[in-house]
Amino acid sequence: MRRPELLRAAHCSLWGMPLDQTFAGRSWPPTDTYLVGREKIREFAHAIGATEAEYHDPEAARALGYPDVVAPPTFPVTITMAASRQVVNDPALGLDYTRVVHGDQKFAYTRPMVAGDAVVCVNTVDEITTRGGHWFITIRTEVRTEAGEPVVTAWSKLVQRGEEAHS
Amino acid sequence: MSESFEPQTYRVTRADLVRYAGASGDFNPIHWSERVATGVGLPGVIAHGMFTMALVGRAVTAWAGAGDAVKEFAVRFSRPVPVPDTDEGTEVVVTATVKEVTEDGDTRLALTATCNGDKVLSLAQALVGKR
Repeated sequence: MRRPELLRAAHCSLWGMPLDQTFAGRSWPPTDTYLVGREKIREFAHAIGATEAEYHDPEAARALGYPDVVAPPTFPVTITMAASRQVVNDPALGLDYTRVVHGDQKFAYTRPMVAGDAVVCVNTVDEITTRGGHWFITIRTEVRTEAGEPVVTAWSKLVQRGEEAHS
Repeated sequence: MSESFEPQTYRVTRADLVRYAGASGDFNPIHWSERVATGVGLPGVIAHGMFTMALVGRAVTAWAGAGDAVKEFAVRFSRPVPVPDTDEGTEVVVTATVKEVTEDGDTRLALTATCNGDKVLSLAQALVGKR
């Protein structure tokens, strides 16, 4: 017997597209190496209006004990966001990116990123939860040099907004 | 321990968002297309959340006196920052209060960012190392 009201409930996605919760706890192989460029750091610092000399002038950075210009605190997201596509673009996860907003962002730094760093990213899904029709996924991205030296860890919590109920 | 810092005000225009899109690689059209932004139910073009976080980062490093002083930095994006297509754009105001000085001498700051009087971040904080 057909239950049109249930079918409608199932198809109107009142609770949003579910994410595959078996992704929680999974890690991915290291991404390809990203070479941090001096001009990229300068371009990023310029774009956020940051004028500190250590972001622009290698001499000023050397005076602080770094081999080249250092990156502003949020610069690593330009690398970790691209790296996390390894996770969010996996069709098996079921994430509808058109409904995704950035919920939380956190960084824990071992040291600032520096021009000349050759880094790889290792992604892990820390958590997948759901509440009120929304889905939440926290991706931890550990950024380390090719030699394995830790630089920074980034956590991004993405929110897949639930859809409105259709009548 | 509740020392507060002088609020920092940052102007944000559409040109800033375009420049940030290019520098960061985040080309989501809700940050540059009015048509796309309103089409998904936003009031208009909004700033990248990470651009707002970057402005807060500027305030933190300015208070700390060094670009490499930040040990931890976390925010929750609680409200969008609409950026009108005008020469003036909008303003984001950042404040900080010292919450704690750790045994290691690091300072934990509680941070706020507001736009038109609305808090656009919550649970924002930074741990700043002693130099």
